[in-house]
Amino acid sequence: MSSPTHFALQIPSVMSEGLRVQERICELMEALSYTARDVFAMRLSLEEALTNAIRHGNKLSEEKVVSVDCDVTENRVCVRISDQGDGFDPFCLPDPTQPEFIERPGGRGVMLMQTYLNQCEYSDSGRTVTMVRERNSPLPIVPE
Amino acid sequence: MSNDRKIDIEDVNGVTVVRLLEKKILDESNIEALGQELFALVDVDGRRKVVLEFKVVEYLSSAALGKLITLNQKMSAAKGKLVLCCIQKEILEVFMITQLHRILTICDDLDQALDQF
Repeated sequence: MSSPTHFALQIPSVMSEGLRVQERICELMEALSYTARDVFAMRLSLEEALTNAIRHGNKLSEEKVVSVDCDVTENRVCVRISDQGDGFDPFCLPDPTQPEFIERPGGRGVMLMQTYLNQCEYSDSGRTVTMVRERNSPLPIVPE
Repeated sequence: MSNDRKIDIEDVNGVTVVRLLEKKILDESNIEALGQELFALVDVDGRRKVVLEFKVVEYLSSAALGKLITLNQKMSAAKGKLVLCCIQKEILEVFMITQLHRILTICDDLDQALDQF
Protein backbone atom coordinates (compact mmCIF):
# COMPACT_ATOMS: atom_id res chain seq x y z
CA MET A 1 0.00 0.00 0.00
CA SER A 2 1.28 3.51 -0.83
CA SER A 3 2.24 6.03 1.84
CA PRO A 4 -0.09 8.89 2.81
CA THR A 5 0.27 11.99 0.72
CA HIS A 6 -0.07 15.71 1.20
CA PHE A 7 0.18 18.42 -1.40
CA ALA A 8 -0.71 22.08 -1.74
CA LEU A 9 -0.85 24.06 -4.96
CA GLN A 10 -2.43 26.96 -6.75
CA ILE A 11 -4.12 26.60 -10.13
CA PRO A 12 -5.34 29.22 -12.60
CA SER A 13 -9.09 29.69 -12.95
CA VAL A 14 -9.40 27.24 -15.83
CA MET A 15 -11.77 24.26 -15.72
CA SER A 16 -9.25 21.85 -17.25
CA GLU A 17 -6.82 22.61 -14.40
CA GLY A 18 -9.54 21.74 -11.90
CA LEU A 19 -10.05 18.44 -13.68
CA ARG A 20 -6.33 17.64 -13.36
CA VAL A 21 -6.43 18.24 -9.61
CA GLN A 22 -9.51 16.07 -9.36
CA GLU A 23 -7.76 13.24 -11.22
CA ARG A 24 -4.64 13.56 -9.04
CA ILE A 25 -6.61 13.23 -5.80
CA CYS A 26 -8.68 10.30 -7.07
CA GLU A 27 -5.49 8.53 -8.16
CA LEU A 28 -4.02 9.02 -4.69
CA MET A 29 -7.17 7.51 -3.18
CA GLU A 30 -7.00 4.53 -5.54
CA ALA A 31 -3.32 4.05 -4.68
CA LEU A 32 -4.36 3.77 -1.04
CA SER A 33 -7.07 1.25 -1.97
CA TYR A 34 -10.05 3.42 -1.14
CA THR A 35 -13.30 1.82 -2.34
CA ALA A 36 -14.95 2.77 -5.61
CA ARG A 37 -17.76 4.27 -3.53
CA ASP A 38 -15.34 6.53 -1.64
CA VAL A 39 -13.66 7.62 -4.87
CA PHE A 40 -17.04 8.26 -6.53
CA ALA A 41 -18.08 10.46 -3.59
CA MET A 42 -14.87 12.47 -3.60
CA ARG A 43 -14.74 12.83 -7.39
CA LEU A 44 -18.30 14.14 -7.45
CA SER A 45 -17.58 16.53 -4.56
CA LEU A 46 -14.32 17.77 -6.08
CA GLU A 47 -16.03 18.45 -9.40
CA GLU A 48 -18.69 20.54 -7.68
CA ALA A 49 -16.28 22.39 -5.39
CA LEU A 50 -13.73 23.17 -8.11
CA THR A 51 -16.46 24.29 -10.52
CA ASN A 52 -17.85 26.56 -7.83
CA ALA A 53 -14.40 28.03 -7.09
CA ILE A 54 -13.27 28.48 -10.70
CA ARG A 55 -16.50 29.46 -12.41
CA HIS A 56 -18.71 31.00 -9.73
CA GLY A 57 -16.05 32.25 -7.30
CA ASN A 58 -13.23 33.49 -9.52
CA LYS A 59 -15.52 33.84 -12.56
CA LEU A 60 -12.81 32.32 -14.79
CA SER A 61 -10.60 35.39 -14.17
CA GLU A 62 -7.01 35.04 -15.38
CA GLU A 63 -5.92 37.23 -12.48
CA LYS A 64 -7.29 34.91 -9.81
CA VAL A 65 -6.13 31.52 -8.61
CA VAL A 66 -7.69 28.63 -6.75
CA SER A 67 -5.72 27.17 -3.83
CA VAL A 68 -5.93 23.46 -3.12
CA ASP A 69 -4.59 21.76 -0.01
CA CYS A 70 -4.97 17.99 -0.01
CA ASP A 71 -4.23 15.38 2.61
CA VAL A 72 -4.82 11.74 1.71
CA THR A 73 -4.17 9.40 4.63
CA GLU A 74 -5.03 5.78 5.39
CA ASN A 75 -8.31 6.73 7.04
CA ARG A 76 -9.56 9.89 5.41
CA VAL A 77 -9.20 12.39 2.62
CA CYS A 78 -9.24 16.08 3.50
CA VAL A 79 -9.26 18.72 0.76
CA ARG A 80 -9.46 22.47 1.28
CA ILE A 81 -10.29 24.61 -1.74
CA SER A 82 -10.15 28.42 -1.68
CA ASP A 83 -11.04 30.97 -4.34
CA GLN A 84 -10.54 34.74 -4.58
CA GLY A 85 -14.11 35.67 -5.43
CA ASP A 86 -16.79 37.61 -3.55
CA GLY A 87 -17.84 34.61 -1.47
CA PHE A 88 -21.42 33.53 -0.76
CA ASP A 89 -23.62 32.45 2.11
CA PRO A 90 -24.02 28.66 1.94
CA PHE A 91 -26.90 28.85 4.42
CA CYS A 92 -28.97 30.96 2.03
CA LEU A 93 -29.08 28.43 -0.79
CA PRO A 94 -32.59 27.17 -1.60
CA ASP A 95 -33.33 23.46 -1.15
CA PRO A 96 -33.17 22.11 -4.75
CA THR A 97 -35.47 19.20 -3.88
CA GLN A 98 -38.39 21.49 -3.06
CA PRO A 99 -41.15 21.66 -5.73
CA GLU A 100 -40.52 25.33 -6.52
CA PHE A 101 -36.83 24.70 -7.23
CA ILE A 102 -36.63 21.12 -8.51
CA GLU A 103 -37.06 22.11 -12.18
CA ARG A 104 -34.15 24.55 -12.01
CA PRO A 105 -31.15 23.36 -14.05
CA GLY A 106 -28.63 24.48 -11.39
CA GLY A 107 -28.21 24.75 -7.63
CA ARG A 108 -27.49 21.13 -6.66
CA GLY A 109 -23.72 21.17 -6.22
CA VAL A 110 -23.46 22.15 -2.56
CA MET A 111 -26.32 19.84 -1.60
CA LEU A 112 -24.58 16.91 -3.30
CA MET A 113 -21.28 17.68 -1.55
CA GLN A 114 -23.01 17.83 1.84
CA THR A 115 -24.67 14.49 1.13
CA TYR A 116 -21.54 12.62 0.02
CA LEU A 117 -19.02 14.03 2.50
CA ASN A 118 -18.47 13.45 6.20
CA GLN A 119 -17.55 17.11 6.49
CA CYS A 120 -18.32 19.98 4.14
CA GLU A 121 -17.72 23.30 5.84
CA TYR A 122 -17.45 26.77 4.40
CA SER A 123 -15.31 29.53 5.89
CA ASP A 124 -13.91 32.94 4.87
CA SER A 125 -17.41 34.11 3.81
CA GLY A 126 -17.87 31.12 1.48
CA ARG A 127 -14.51 31.45 -0.31
CA THR A 128 -13.06 28.34 1.31
CA VAL A 129 -14.60 24.90 1.57
CA THR A 130 -13.11 22.09 3.65
CA MET A 131 -14.16 18.63 2.54
CA VAL A 132 -13.58 15.35 4.36
CA ARG A 133 -14.46 11.86 3.23
CA GLU A 134 -13.63 9.05 5.66
CA ARG A 135 -12.64 5.61 4.41
CA ASN A 136 -15.64 3.28 4.00
CA SER A 137 -18.06 6.04 4.90
CA PRO A 138 -21.71 4.88 4.72
CA LEU A 139 -22.62 8.16 3.02
CA PRO A 140 -24.65 9.02 1.09
CA ILE A 141 -27.87 8.11 2.87
CA VAL A 142 -30.25 7.72 -0.04
CA PRO A 143 -33.88 8.75 0.55
CA GLU A 144 -36.64 6.35 -0.48
CA MET B 1 -14.54 22.09 -27.60
CA SER B 2 -14.12 18.51 -28.75
CA ASN B 3 -15.69 17.35 -32.02
CA ASP B 4 -16.12 13.84 -30.68
CA ARG B 5 -19.71 12.73 -30.63
CA LYS B 6 -21.11 12.33 -27.15
CA ILE B 7 -24.05 10.16 -28.20
CA ASP B 8 -25.01 7.31 -30.50
CA ILE B 9 -28.50 7.25 -31.99
CA GLU B 10 -30.65 4.28 -33.06
CA ASP B 11 -34.25 4.16 -34.18
CA VAL B 12 -36.25 1.35 -32.56
CA ASN B 13 -39.86 1.12 -33.78
CA GLY B 14 -40.28 4.87 -33.96
CA VAL B 15 -38.48 5.56 -30.70
CA THR B 16 -35.10 7.28 -30.71
CA VAL B 17 -32.69 5.38 -28.49
CA VAL B 18 -29.81 7.64 -27.49
CA ARG B 19 -26.77 5.95 -25.99
CA LEU B 20 -24.48 8.15 -23.95
CA LEU B 21 -20.89 7.30 -24.91
CA GLU B 22 -18.86 9.03 -22.20
CA LYS B 23 -17.98 7.26 -18.96
CA LYS B 24 -17.50 10.53 -17.14
CA ILE B 25 -19.92 13.37 -17.78
CA LEU B 26 -18.03 15.83 -15.64
CA ASP B 27 -16.05 18.59 -17.25
CA GLU B 28 -17.84 21.62 -18.51
CA SER B 29 -16.88 21.53 -22.18
CA ASN B 30 -18.04 17.92 -22.45
CA ILE B 31 -21.31 18.70 -20.73
CA GLU B 32 -21.92 21.70 -22.97
CA ALA B 33 -21.25 19.61 -26.08
CA LEU B 34 -23.51 16.83 -24.80
CA GLY B 35 -26.27 19.34 -24.07
CA GLN B 36 -26.09 20.74 -27.61
CA GLU B 37 -26.36 17.26 -29.12
CA LEU B 38 -29.27 16.31 -26.89
CA PHE B 39 -31.19 19.56 -27.40
CA ALA B 40 -30.78 19.22 -31.19
CA LEU B 41 -32.71 15.96 -31.04
CA VAL B 42 -35.80 17.95 -30.06
CA ASP B 43 -35.14 21.41 -31.50
CA VAL B 44 -33.58 20.46 -34.84
CA ASP B 45 -34.54 16.85 -35.59
CA GLY B 46 -38.02 17.16 -34.12
CA ARG B 47 -37.81 13.85 -32.25
CA ARG B 48 -40.62 13.36 -29.74
CA LYS B 49 -40.01 9.85 -28.35
CA VAL B 50 -36.56 9.55 -26.83
CA VAL B 51 -34.91 6.96 -24.60
CA LEU B 52 -31.61 7.97 -23.00
CA GLU B 53 -29.44 4.95 -22.18
CA PHE B 54 -26.85 5.43 -19.41
CA LYS B 55 -25.24 1.98 -19.54
CA VAL B 56 -21.61 3.18 -19.75
CA VAL B 57 -21.94 6.28 -17.56
CA GLU B 58 -19.93 6.01 -14.34
CA TYR B 59 -19.84 9.64 -13.21
CA LEU B 60 -21.92 12.73 -13.76
CA SER B 61 -22.00 16.16 -12.15
CA SER B 62 -24.81 18.49 -11.20
CA ALA B 63 -24.17 20.45 -14.40
CA ALA B 64 -25.04 17.30 -16.36
CA LEU B 65 -28.21 16.92 -14.32
CA GLY B 66 -29.09 20.45 -15.38
CA LYS B 67 -28.89 19.46 -19.06
CA LEU B 68 -31.20 16.50 -18.45
CA ILE B 69 -33.73 18.73 -16.72
CA THR B 70 -33.65 21.20 -19.60
CA LEU B 71 -33.99 18.37 -22.15
CA ASN B 72 -36.99 17.01 -20.25
CA GLN B 73 -38.57 20.46 -20.23
CA LYS B 74 -37.98 20.88 -23.95
CA MET B 75 -39.51 17.47 -24.62
CA SER B 76 -42.55 18.18 -22.46
CA ALA B 77 -43.06 21.57 -24.14
CA ALA B 78 -43.00 19.79 -27.51
CA LYS B 79 -45.52 17.24 -26.18
CA GLY B 80 -42.94 14.50 -26.45
CA LYS B 81 -41.62 12.02 -23.92
CA LEU B 82 -38.16 11.37 -22.49
CA VAL B 83 -37.29 8.13 -20.68
CA LEU B 84 -33.97 7.35 -18.96
CA CYS B 85 -32.75 3.76 -18.57
CA CYS B 86 -29.86 1.42 -17.66
CA ILE B 87 -28.53 3.74 -14.95
CA GLN B 88 -25.75 2.36 -12.74
CA LYS B 89 -26.45 2.17 -9.01
CA GLU B 90 -24.16 5.04 -8.00
CA ILE B 91 -25.67 7.35 -10.62
CA LEU B 92 -29.20 6.29 -9.69
CA GLU B 93 -28.43 7.36 -6.14
CA VAL B 94 -27.57 10.84 -7.41
CA PHE B 95 -31.02 11.04 -9.04
CA MET B 96 -32.66 9.90 -5.81
CA ILE B 97 -30.69 12.26 -3.56
CA THR B 98 -31.64 15.19 -5.77
CA GLN B 99 -35.21 13.82 -6.02
CA LEU B 100 -35.03 14.09 -9.80
CA HIS B 101 -36.51 10.59 -10.10
CA ARG B 102 -39.80 12.34 -9.27
CA ILE B 103 -39.79 14.51 -12.38
CA LEU B 104 -37.88 12.24 -14.78
CA THR B 105 -39.12 8.88 -16.05
CA ILE B 106 -36.50 6.26 -15.15
CA CYS B 107 -36.61 2.57 -16.14
CA ASP B 108 -34.34 -0.33 -15.22
CA ASP B 109 -33.63 -1.50 -18.77
CA LEU B 110 -34.18 -0.66 -22.42
CA ASP B 111 -37.17 -3.00 -22.91
CA GLN B 112 -38.96 -1.38 -20.01
CA ALA B 113 -38.12 2.05 -21.39
CA LEU B 114 -39.50 1.20 -24.85
CA ASP B 115 -42.70 -0.07 -23.22
CA GLN B 116 -43.33 3.50 -21.98
CA PHE B 117 -44.32 4.56 -25.53
